[in-house]
Amino acid sequence: MTLLYTEVEEELRAAVRDLLADRCSSSAVLGRVESGVESGMPYDAELWKTLARDIGVAGLLVPEELGGAASGAGGASAREAAVVLEELGRAVAPVPYLSSAVLATQALLTAWGAAGGEVAGELLGRLAAGEATAALAVPFAASPYAPPAPAVSLSEDGTVTGTVGGVIGAEIADVLLVPVRLTRGTALCAVETSPAGTVQGAVRVAPVTSLDLTRPIATVSFASAPARVVATAGGPETPWVREALLRGAGLLASEQLGIAEWCLATTVAYVRERRQFARPVGSFQAVKHRLADLWLEIAGARAAARNAAARLAEAPVAGDITVAVAVAQAHCGAVAVHAAEECVQLHGGIGMTWEHPAHLYLKRAKADQIALGTPGDHREALAGPADLPAPV
Amino acid sequence: MTWDEASVARRAAAFLAEHDPATVDRLEFLRARFDAGLAWVHFPEGLGGLGAPRELQAVADRELRGTPDNQPGRIGIGLGMAAPTILAFGTEEQKRRFLRPLWTGEEVWCQLFSEPGAGSDLATLATRAVREGDEWVVDGQKVWTSSAHTARWGLLLARTDPGVPKHRGLTYFVCDMHAPGVEVRPLRQITGEAEFNEVFLTGVRLPEALRLGEAGDGWRVAQATLMNERVAIGGMPVRRTMMEVVADTWRSRPELRTHDLHQRLLRLWVESEVMRLTAARLREQLAAGHPGPEGSGMKLAFARLHQELSGLEVELLREDGLAYDDWTFRRPEAVDFLGREAGYRYLRAKGNSIEGGTSEILRNIIAERVLGLPAEPRADKDVAWKDLPR
Repeated sequence: MTLLYTEVEEELRAAVRDLLADRCSSSAVLGRVESGVESGMPYDAELWKTLARDIGVAGLLVPEELGGAASGAGGASAREAAVVLEELGRAVAPVPYLSSAVLATQALLTAWGAAGGEVAGELLGRLAAGEATAALAVPFAASPYAPPAPAVSLSEDGTVTGTVGGVIGAEIADVLLVPVRLTRGTALCAVETSPAGTVQGAVRVAPVTSLDLTRPIATVSFASAPARVVATAGGPETPWVREALLRGAGLLASEQLGIAEWCLATTVAYVRERRQFARPVGSFQAVKHRLADLWLEIAGARAAARNAAARLAEAPVAGDITVAVAVAQAHCGAVAVHAAEECVQLHGGIGMTWEHPAHLYLKRAKADQIALGTPGDHREALAGPADLPAPV
Repeated sequence: MTWDEASVARRAAAFLAEHDPATVDRLEFLRARFDAGLAWVHFPEGLGGLGAPRELQAVADRELRGTPDNQPGRIGIGLGMAAPTILAFGTEEQKRRFLRPLWTGEEVWCQLFSEPGAGSDLATLATRAVREGDEWVVDGQKVWTSSAHTARWGLLLARTDPGVPKHRGLTYFVCDMHAPGVEVRPLRQITGEAEFNEVFLTGVRLPEALRLGEAGDGWRVAQATLMNERVAIGGMPVRRTMMEVVADTWRSRPELRTHDLHQRLLRLWVESEVMRLTAARLREQLAAGHPGPEGSGMKLAFARLHQELSGLEVELLREDGLAYDDWTFRRPEAVDFLGREAGYRYLRAKGNSIEGGTSEILRNIIAERVLGLPAEPRADKDVAWKDLPR
C-alpha cells in the first residue's frame, strides 16, 4: 500500500483535468449555476456523458465482470475514484459522480456482493457503461454511524410510497435507489424515473434552494411508483446504505482535498499579484503565516485522503475501515472549509462577489462538511477504535 | 569496489571474527570498528566508512547488534552536525584528527551558534574573532549550548569582518573547549533544570588550524550544519508518542473524564494520526527519490501537537495538575519527556516551537520556499554589519 500516486493514477488525473480545463472553467460553472436554477437541471449532462463514457470514470468501482474497470489484480479501485474526485473537487464540477458512481454504485455493489443479485448486477452494468445514472435516495447529511430508518414503504403490488429529503443527484438520475421498510426487515429498491419506466407523476424530484449551488439537494417523493427489489435484509438495518455512506465518506475526503488545493493555489496566486501599501499583500507575514498553516493542513489532508482511498481499495478489506475513513473525514472536512474561508478572506472585496468563483468552493466545502457525517460524528466514531472512552 | 548488502554483511562478519566484543575493551572495539569502515559506511574509506550507499549502514548496524555502541544519545551533536560539516568542509588533517574520537564518543561536541542578541536572525551574531599572527582571538557570548560542559570541541560561528553585510563577514571555527578563556555556565530553564549552557568566550586563542572552511565563508559552512540539524531532529527515534502518554492517563483515570475534554482529546487523536500519515507519506517520497516540501512542515505540526497534548494532560489531571514533580536545578544528559510528569512535559514542550527554528521562521520558510510568496522587505541586506541599527 502506498500513500503516493501511481503513474496510472496520474494519467487518469491528467485526462480528467484536461477535459475539465476545456469544458468546466469557473465561468462555465457560474453560467451553469445561473441556468440550472431556472431549468431545474443543475448538472452538466454533456460533460457527465463524456466523463462517464469516454474517460470511463463511472465504472472505476464496478468489477470487470459487470463491465466496469475494477479488479483485484491491478485494475481500477477506490484509489482511482479518489483521484477523479480530487479533480472534480478542484473544478467544483457540476456532475453526478459522487451521487451515482460512488454512493449509488457502492450501495449496489454491497447488494450484489452479498447475494449476487441479478437486478444489482444489471444496474451496475448500465452505470459502469455510462448508459444510466443513479442516485441513492438517502439524505446527503446522513451519518454512516447512524443511518436513518427508511422513510419509504413497499406495497404488496410492488410499488413504493414515501418522501426523502436532502437527496443529491436525483435531478439527473435514471434510477433511484431507495431503502424501504418491510413488515419485517428492510429492502433496497430500484425505481426507474424515465417516462417509459414509470407511471406519470409517480416520482417527483422537487429542487430545494440549496447552500451548495453546484450540487444542490432535492426532495424526492414516490407515490405508488413501480419498483424492483434489489436486496433485502432481515433486521432494521440497511447494510447497503451504511456501506455506501461509510465508503462515500472516505472518498469524499479526496473531493475535499481537491477543493482545498484549488483554494490555496488560487489564493497564493492572488496575493502575489495584489498590491497594497506599495507591496504584494503576500509579502506580509500576517498573510504568509496563514497560508503556510493552510498548506500544512492540506499536506495532512492529502496523506489522510490517500490513506482512506488505499484502505478502501483493499480487496478483500483487511480489518475495519472505519478508522481510515473517520480520520480522513474529520480532518479533510474541516480543511476544505478552512481553505475556502481563507480564500474568501484573503481575496478581500473581490472574494465576496458573485462574479468570483471563490463562493462556489465555500458553498461546496461547507455542504461537504455536513455531508455523510459531520467532523464531530466522525471523531466520535473513533472513540471506540482509539480506546478513548467517553465519560460515563 | 561496489558495496551491496551481502558484501557489507561479510565485512561485518569478518570484523567480528577478529574482534570479539566479549574480550576486547569497549573503546578498543569501537576504534577498530571505525578503522574497519563500519562506523558510517557512507563516509570515505579511512574515515570510518567504505564509500558505500548510506542505506547499507542498516546492514552494518544489524550485523553488529548487541556489540558495544557509541551511546549516540550522548554525542548527537557530534554525529548529527559536526561530522557531516567536517566531512564537507574540513581539511584532510582535520578529518583525520576529529572524526574518529567523535564517532567513538571519546570526544563530545557542542554547537556555539546562538547568542543572546542573535536568535532567529543568527547571521547578525556579534562574537568577534580577530586574527593575530597564525592565531584567532575570540571574544563573545554564546547561549543554548547543550553538552558544553562535557564537550571537548565546539562548532563556533564568529564574526571576522564587521565591515561587510552580516552574512558575508562570518568564519567557522572548531573551538577548543579546554582553551583558557572558555567559561561554561548552566542555563536554568522554566522546567527547573539546565539542559543547556551559556558559554562566555574571553580572549580565547584558536590556532589557524582550527578554522573550518575559508575565512568569510562561515555562513555557507553553517548552512550545512543547520541542514543536518533538521535532518537529525526529524530522524530521532520516538519511544512513545505524547499522544500515547495522554491516552494512557485518560484510560487509567476514568474519574477525570469530562465531555469537553473527550471532544478535545479526540480532535488531537485525529491530528496525531494525520501527522503520522503525513510523515509516512514523506518517508515514501524520500525513498522514491522525491523529497517533498512536507519536511519543513513536520516540525511545525509536531510542536503544536506536543504543546496542545501536554497542556490538555495537565488540565485533565485537575488537582494532580497543580503539583510538579521536581524543581531541583539539575543537568540532565538528555530531554526525558517520558520519565517526568505532566507539568514537566507541558513546560518543556513550550521549547518545541522555539528550538531549531521558531514556528514563525518555519512559516516564513514554507511561505517563501514552498508557496513562492515574496520575502519581507529586508533593511539589513546590503548594509555593513557594523552599521546596522542596534
